[in-house]
Amino acid sequence: MTDLKSGLLAHFRAGILAVSAVILLSACGGGEPQLTRVEQGNIDGVLHYGNGAEPKGLDPHIVTGVPENHIVSALFEGLVGKHPETLEPIPGVAESWEISPDARRYTFYLREDARWHNGDPVTAEDFRWSWMRLLTPALGAQYNYHLFPIVNAEAYANGEITDFAEVGVTVLDPFTLQVDLREPAAYFLQILDHYSAYPVHRATIEAFGDLSDRLTPWAREGNLVGNGPFRLTEWQINSHVRVEKAETYWDADTVQLNAVVFYPTENLVTEDRMFRDGQLHFTAEIVLDKIPVYQAEQPEIVRIVPWLGSYYYMFNTTRPPFDDVRVRKALAMTLDRDLLVESVMQGIVDPSYALVPPDTLGYFPPKTFEYDPDAARALLAEAGYPDGEGFPEFELLYNTQESHRRIAVAIQQMWMRELNIPTQLTNQERQVYLENQDNLNYDVSRRGWIGDYVDPTTFLEMYVTDGGNNKTGFSDPRYDEIILREAPATLDRDKRYELYKEAETILIEAMAILPIYTYKTKHLVDPSVKGMPPNIMDHYNFKFISLEPVSDQG
Amino acid sequence: MWRFLGVRSLQAIPVIFVVITVTFFLVRAAPGGPFSNEKAVSPQVQAALEAQYRLDQSMLQQYFSYMADLLRGDLGPSFNFPGRTVNEMIFQGLPITAELGFYALLVALIIGVLAGVIASLKPNTAQDYVPMSLAMVGICMPSFLLGPMLVLIFGIWLDLLPVSGWGAAPGDKVLPSITLGAMYAAYIARLSRSGMLEVMSQDYLRTARAKGLPERVVVIKHALRAGLLPVISYLGPAFAGLLSGSFVVETVFQIPGLGRFYVQAAFNRDYTMILGTTTFLATLIVAFNLLSDFIAAWLNPRLRYQFQKKK
Amino acid sequence: MSQSASDLDQITTAADAMPRGVSLWQDAWVRLRKNKLAMFGLVFLAVMILLCLFAPLLTPYGYEEQNLRLGAIPPSAAHWLGTDTFGRDLLTRILYGGRVSLMVGFIATSVALVVGVTYGAIAGYVGGRVDAMMMRLVDILYALPFMIFIVLLMVVFGRNLLLLFLAIGAVEWLTMARIVRGQVQGIRQQEYVEAAISLGLSPAAIIRKHVIPNVLGPIIVYTTLTIPNVMLLEAFLSFLGLGIQPPMSSWGLLISYGVETMEEYPWLLIFPGISLTLTLFALNFLGDGLRDALDPKASRD
Repeated sequence: MTDLKSGLLAHFRAGILAVSAVILLSACGGGEPQLTRVEQGNIDGVLHYGNGAEPKGLDPHIVTGVPENHIVSALFEGLVGKHPETLEPIPGVAESWEISPDARRYTFYLREDARWHNGDPVTAEDFRWSWMRLLTPALGAQYNYHLFPIVNAEAYANGEITDFAEVGVTVLDPFTLQVDLREPAAYFLQILDHYSAYPVHRATIEAFGDLSDRLTPWAREGNLVGNGPFRLTEWQINSHVRVEKAETYWDADTVQLNAVVFYPTENLVTEDRMFRDGQLHFTAEIVLDKIPVYQAEQPEIVRIVPWLGSYYYMFNTTRPPFDDVRVRKALAMTLDRDLLVESVMQGIVDPSYALVPPDTLGYFPPKTFEYDPDAARALLAEAGYPDGEGFPEFELLYNTQESHRRIAVAIQQMWMRELNIPTQLTNQERQVYLENQDNLNYDVSRRGWIGDYVDPTTFLEMYVTDGGNNKTGFSDPRYDEIILREAPATLDRDKRYELYKEAETILIEAMAILPIYTYKTKHLVDPSVKGMPPNIMDHYNFKFISLEPVSDQG
Repeated sequence: MWRFLGVRSLQAIPVIFVVITVTFFLVRAAPGGPFSNEKAVSPQVQAALEAQYRLDQSMLQQYFSYMADLLRGDLGPSFNFPGRTVNEMIFQGLPITAELGFYALLVALIIGVLAGVIASLKPNTAQDYVPMSLAMVGICMPSFLLGPMLVLIFGIWLDLLPVSGWGAAPGDKVLPSITLGAMYAAYIARLSRSGMLEVMSQDYLRTARAKGLPERVVVIKHALRAGLLPVISYLGPAFAGLLSGSFVVETVFQIPGLGRFYVQAAFNRDYTMILGTTTFLATLIVAFNLLSDFIAAWLNPRLRYQFQKKK
Repeated sequence: MSQSASDLDQITTAADAMPRGVSLWQDAWVRLRKNKLAMFGLVFLAVMILLCLFAPLLTPYGYEEQNLRLGAIPPSAAHWLGTDTFGRDLLTRILYGGRVSLMVGFIATSVALVVGVTYGAIAGYVGGRVDAMMMRLVDILYALPFMIFIVLLMVVFGRNLLLLFLAIGAVEWLTMARIVRGQVQGIRQQEYVEAAISLGLSPAAIIRKHVIPNVLGPIIVYTTLTIPNVMLLEAFLSFLGLGIQPPMSSWGLLISYGVETMEEYPWLLIFPGISLTLTLFALNFLGDGLRDALDPKASRD
C-alpha cells in the first residue's frame, strides 16, 4: 500500500506543480512589458469605445437604441450634422440650404462629391427613396413620426395615401432636394441629424429583398453600404464591431482615426475593469460607487455632464387614490431630492422639479413647488388620509436595474417616514414593465425619457391628450393648444420658450408626473482622446476625434 | 446492444417533442412581447411589425409553421437581431461554450478523480477527509459566488489573471474554467471515491492480489475501470449541469457563449431565440445522456448482458 | 446463572414490548455521534436556525433601516459586519436573509418530499405496468433541461414566491421519487408485507404501517441532502434576478448585490457568501453522516 500511496502522491504533486506552472506562465505571457490595447490604439489610430449593450442591428430606419445610434452615426451621414460643441446644425451631405420666409419650405443643396462606400454618388433621389422607406407602413419603423412635419408624410405612414409623390419631398435635380412642411417646425433641421432621417443605399437593400422587409441581412458586415466617415468591417455578436475609415467619404481629410472598435459593455463593473486595464479609451458609464474615488484620484478622466434626459415617476391618474391631485402633490413634496441625489446617486445627477432638463438649447423650466413635508402632510390630510390613515397599499413599478432599485427603496422609506404610507416595490423586466405602462396597468411607475433632438418639444409633446407616450391619463386642452398649435407656429425662440414654460407649469401643477432628477452622462475618457467635447446630447461625431499618445502631450 | 441503443434513441424523441411544445406555448403565454418599447408606436407600426414576424397569425398556426421550419432545420429569424437567424447565432456561441465546457470538464475530471481515488485509498483518515472536504467546497460554494471570489483574489487583489473575456487576453480562460468545473470536480471526487471503495474489496481484486500482482497494477488495471463506472454514468447529467452552469459563468465573466445568449433572449422575449436555443440544448442533453448510458453499458458487462437476456 | 424466573420474565417481556425499530435508530444515533463532521453540521445548523429565527430580538437594527448619510462602512463596533450602500446593517440583513433562504429551502423541499414520496411509494408498491409507466414519466422528466425551464418560467410568469416554491420543488421531486420507489419495491417483496396482504390489510394501511417507517431512513437522508440543492437553486435564481424580490432578501440576493460592489466593499460579498457556504456545508455533512449512520452497507467499510 505504501508503494502505491507514495507513487500516487508523487503523481499528484507533479500535477499540482504542472497546473501552477501553466497558470503562472499564461499570466506572465512572455516577460517583456506588452502595450495595452489603448496604447497600441494610440499608435495605430484606433479608438476603443465601450458601447453599452450589444447593438441589435445597424439599419438606420429600424434601430431604436443608443448603442446602435453610435455605430450608425459613424457609418452614415444625414443632410445636416451637429456642431460638436454648440449642437447647432452644420453641413452634412447638404452643403447649404435655404429656408423660405414662412419657414415651410426647405431647399437643400447637396454637395456633389458625397459618395457611398462603394463609390456611387449620394443624390437627392437617395434621400427621397430613403424617406419613403422610413414612412412605408409595412416596414413598421418606430421613428417614422420624426418626418411627420412633412406634408402628407403622416397620411402616407398610416396608409391613407399610397402614392409617395403626394408627400412633400421633391427632387428638383440630382443634387437639390426640396421639402415642404405642413406647418413650421422650428426643430426640423435638428431632426435631420437623427438616424431615422439618414439615407440608405437603395441598390444594396433591393439586392437582398423588399424595402419593407426588416429581416434581410443587408445591414451586416460584408453587405452594409453607408455614406459616413467609416465603413463596417467586422461585427461579431457579443464580441465587438469594427469600423474603418472610408476613403470614399467627402471629408476624409478631416478624419484622423483609422478605425473605431465598439465593445458591448453591459456589465459596468467589467467595463470599469477593462478601462483600468487599458482596454478601452471610453466607457459608456461609470460605476456609481467608484465615482468619488475617481474624482479624488484621477479627476481628469472623469466626464460628468448634463444630459438631455429626465428621470421621474408617473402616476396613473385614472386610478384612485392617484386621481386626486392633492395626493400626487403630497407625494412629490415629500421627496428630499437633494439627499437622494447626494447619497443614493453619488451626486451624479441634478435634482429636478420639472420635466424638461435645464438649458435645453437655452430653455430653463419653471419651478413650481418645493421639498416641504409639512405642507405635504396637510395636503394628504385634506385629501382624506390624515397621517396616512386609510391610504391603500399601492405598487411602485420599475424595471429591473440596480440604480432604479436604489432610488425606489430610498423613496419608499421617505414616504413611509414622512407620510406613513406603505409602498410595495415591484420590479419587472423591461418588456413586461413597458407593456404594463401601455395598458395603464400600474399605480405609480418609474419613467425615463431621453430627448431625440435639442428642443423642449421632444419632452412636452409626450403629454398631449391621448399621446402614445402619455401613459398617465393626463389631459388638458390649453396644454394641447400650446404644444400642438401655438408653439410650433412661433418662430421667435424666446416667445416660443415662454409658451413652453406656460405649458410645463400646467403639467407640473397637475403633477401627473413626479419629477426626480435630470440625467447626467458619465464616462471615463482616456487623456489621449481629443476632439470629443462634452455636450447635452452626448453626441460625438467620430470624424472629429483624434488620438494623441499621452507622452506626446505637453 | 444495438437494440438497446435503438430503444433508448426512440425514447428520446418524445422528450424533445415535449420540450419544444411546452417551451413554445410557455413563451407565447408570457406578458410583454418582443416589441414593447419605451417610445410608443402607432397601431399601424405595431401591426406591421407583427405581420413581419408572423405574430398576427393564430397561436396554433404559428406553432405548425414553426414545426415545419424546424423539420427543415430552420430555427427562424431572431426577433432581437433583425437580419440574423437563430441558427447562425447558435453556431456562433456554441464553439465558445463548448470550449468552456470542455476545459471545465477537464478540470473536474482531473481534480475530481485524483482527489477521489486518493481519498479512497485510506478511508477515514486525514488523507480521506482533507480532499473530500475541499471537494465539498465545490458543492457548497455556488459558481456565482466562487467566480467573483476568484476574480477578487486573483484578478483584483493579486492582479494575476484577467477578469473577463474569452480568448481576448492570455490566461482569461483559467478562472471561468475553474469556476465552472469546481462543482463537478466535487461530485466526481465523491463518486470516484465511493466507486473505488466498493470495488476495492471485491473478490476478483482479492484474487489478483493473491496472485502476487503489485498494488499499483491492481488499482490501475482492475479497480479503476470498474470503480470509475459511476463517474462515466455521471457524465451525462454533468454535461447538462455544465450547460446551465454556463449561464452564470458566462454572465459573470462576460463570455460571448450560448449560455449568455440564452439568458439575454429570455429577458428580451426573443421568442425564436429562446425556442431555438432550448430545443438545441435539450437535444444536446438528451443525446449526451444517451451517449453516456451507452458507454456505461459497454463498460459494464453485467448491464449489457442483462439487456440482451431480456429477449 | 441464578436468574429467577420472574427476572427472566421481565427481560423477555421488556424485549417483546420494545417496538422493532428502536435499536436501529439508537444504533444510528451512536454512529452519527462518532462522525465529527456530521455533528459539526448538526450543531451549526441548529445555531444558524436559532439565530435567524430570533433575529428581531438579537439585533437593534431593522433590516430595511437605512442610514443614507453613513453609507457603506467596513465592520465596526456599531455594525459588526459592516453596512451596505444604504447604511443598512449587514449582520441584520444576513440574519433576515437567512430566514428567507432557509424557509425556501425547507418549504420547497417539503413540496418535493410530499410529491416524490407519494409518487415513488405508489409506483414501488403497485409495481408492474403502472410502475413501469410512472417511472417512464420520471425518466422523461429527468431528461428535460430543467434549469432552462425554470429560468423561462420565472421570466414568463413573474416573480411569485409561490411559483418559486413550485418550480424548485418540481425539479427535486424526481430523485426522491426514484429513491423511494426503489426502497418500496424492496420492502414490498419482504415476507411480512406478503403476510399483511394476505391478512386483508388495505394497501393504504400497509404503506402507512410497514412501508413508510422502513423507508424513513433513506427519506431523511435524501431530504437533508435536497435542502442544500434547493437553497442553491434559489440563490442562483435570485442572483439572476428571478427569485426573491426586494424588499425581501435572501442570501443569494445579498450575494448578487455584493458582487456589484465587491471591489470597494468586499465585505458585502464575503459575509453573505460565508453564511451560505457554511450552511450548505453543514447540511451536506449532516446528510452524509445520516446516510452513513442509517445505511451501514453504503461506503466506508
